Amino acid sequence: MTEHFLDVKNLQIHFPTDDGLVRSVDGLSFQLERGKTLGIVGESGSGKSVTSLGILGLHKGGRAKISGEIWLDGEELVSAGAEHVRKLRGKKMAMIFQDPLSAMHPYYTVGDQIIEAYRIHHKVAKKVARKHAVDLLGRVGIPQPDKRVDSYPHEFSGGMRQRAMIAMALSCDPTLLIADEPTTALDVTVQAQILDLMRDLQRDFDAALIIITHDLGVVAELADDILVMYGGKAIEYGTAEDIFERPEHPYTWGLLGSMPRLDREPTERLLPIKGSPPSLINVPAGCAFHPRCVFEGRTGGKANTEVPELAETEGGHLVRCHLPREERRAIWANEIKPNLESA
Amino acid sequence: MVTYIIRRLVGALVMLAVVSMVTFSIFFVVPRLAGVTATDFANRYVGRAATQETVVEVTKKLGLDDPVVVQYGRWVKGIFVGAEFDYGAGVEHCPAPCFGYSFVTKKPVWPELLDRLPVTLSLAAGASVIWLLAGVSVGVLSALKRGSVFDRGAMMIALSGVSLPPFFTGLIALSLFSYGLRITAPGGAYVPLTENPVEWAYSLILPWLTLAFLNAAAYARLTRAGMLETMGEDYIRTARAKGLRESKVIAKHGLRAALTPIVTIFGLDVGILLGGAILTENVFSLPGLGKYATGAISTQDLPKIMGFTMLAAFFIVMANLVVDLLYAVVDPRVRLS
Repeated sequence: MTEHFLDVKNLQIHFPTDDGLVRSVDGLSFQLERGKTLGIVGESGSGKSVTSLGILGLHKGGRAKISGEIWLDGEELVSAGAEHVRKLRGKKMAMIFQDPLSAMHPYYTVGDQIIEAYRIHHKVAKKVARKHAVDLLGRVGIPQPDKRVDSYPHEFSGGMRQRAMIAMALSCDPTLLIADEPTTALDVTVQAQILDLMRDLQRDFDAALIIITHDLGVVAELADDILVMYGGKAIEYGTAEDIFERPEHPYTWGLLGSMPRLDREPTERLLPIKGSPPSLINVPAGCAFHPRCVFEGRTGGKANTEVPELAETEGGHLVRCHLPREERRAIWANEIKPNLESA
Repeated sequence: MVTYIIRRLVGALVMLAVVSMVTFSIFFVVPRLAGVTATDFANRYVGRAATQETVVEVTKKLGLDDPVVVQYGRWVKGIFVGAEFDYGAGVEHCPAPCFGYSFVTKKPVWPELLDRLPVTLSLAAGASVIWLLAGVSVGVLSALKRGSVFDRGAMMIALSGVSLPPFFTGLIALSLFSYGLRITAPGGAYVPLTENPVEWAYSLILPWLTLAFLNAAAYARLTRAGMLETMGEDYIRTARAKGLRESKVIAKHGLRAALTPIVTIFGLDVGILLGGAILTENVFSLPGLGKYATGAISTQDLPKIMGFTMLAAFFIVMANLVVDLLYAVVDPRVRLS
């Protein structure tokens, strides 16, 4: 048992393939309360989307091997029956997907798809569900919802589609809402609207919200806590303040450095992280990040031999790094932070 | 929408006009180029025993020595308003649509075609329902159990179904079920639906299955490929994330999308089939349009061949039109304009 609303403990999701075992998620733990927002941040292939699908029980079929514990509102989901988890899906936990054009069925109207989502969990007449769908569309800011309810997804703009997608996810008042890259497919101007909408709705619904993104900028305003993932593992986990004000992992520094900021000189170049994310089949020995890490040489040779532990540095702020705590803080204060703020 | 239909109808008519010109040219112009004379054509009407004078007279009366364009015009006019024929034994009226008189039976072609149509319709209707149901369900199961024994077995049978022509499978089926086990009707035992529905089905079951086997195989492979593709789409994941039962995810979301290309091909296949299933009808001696056509070809009965060609072309053009209109119904993203 657990006192948290959502408590993920040592979650592992592995896919056996012909080339070897893909450890998409490798020992991930985090907690979340209702009304709070967790941002899961990482590059493509870091395991963030698989984590969310794992929570919903949607990780691909019989091949995936899942272990660990997922506690949602006092219920354990990994060991629960598939049929039981299906009944929770959509009702207690819902998901907003990345690309609303491909995530909505092209042959059914937006209204039909919301009505379907509602009627799976509520035995009501179609008329009642339709009225609910119109209400929801109005609530997520779609003009003339009583007319637009009969439109097809392709007749909506990208932002409207994502609003409709959110309406669909909210149709059964879920207490856990997972948004997987909710703004990636949208125009920058629309991104802000959608993020505002999600914040307002989360407050109204008092839901626990997980936002999965590769963009720290997206979670900067919304998230209470942030989990940074790399190679299927958490490498830094703390409050939003911890991550933005006192980041201690070289990878997080890299993410911050590669984020465009309005308060920096436009002429200044971004600081990208060199190299590319590791293959999840051949995860580098030792620290998965060491081949790309600028400070690898300062670990006394441990970087490529030992996997660092996710250790608490201060007040719930967890970091997975071989560098001694004092050295990390010194590097951040003296080498990284001044660079980011050099404007 | 209405303008679209009108435009497509006009297009269909133009298409048929082109087909008629090509058909007419093949049978009346090309032989001329190869040295066949007008009197040779007249010979076909009057028979071998006729004297030279009769042949010349008939040639004149039927206008066989007129310019080809005039003859074509007369043929087309006959289709729309009917025609008068005079080949020695008095003037005969051939009402519209008139495709001329058979060289062999000396009867108008059109009523004969109409006579054969119900047989072909019966064959097409039964076979298409069987192959659609069987093909789609096998395809769906194969896709869902991809790589299983069922999938491999079904796809192997499908491959053989696509590869084996009806004159092989049909003959094997006949010898096995009709003459060996004696559980189905033998060839040539067609009974019209209006006469006795049970006998009708009994007489057609083996041709249906033979024809269906050929097409079901193709449909199974097509459905399987379509299902494998759509079941990997994002909207399937969305449907699952809603908490929808897997059976409904498959039927309502997966199959719905996978069926679109199937509907298209089904329409075209039925259109082609209405022009006669030549191989199947011949194997089972069914007096349909396909058998009519092969008979006409073997006796070089030009008016029959041309009438059949036009009718078959009409079905195919119409099927295309219906499929295009249907497509907008099946896929709301398609706007007709």
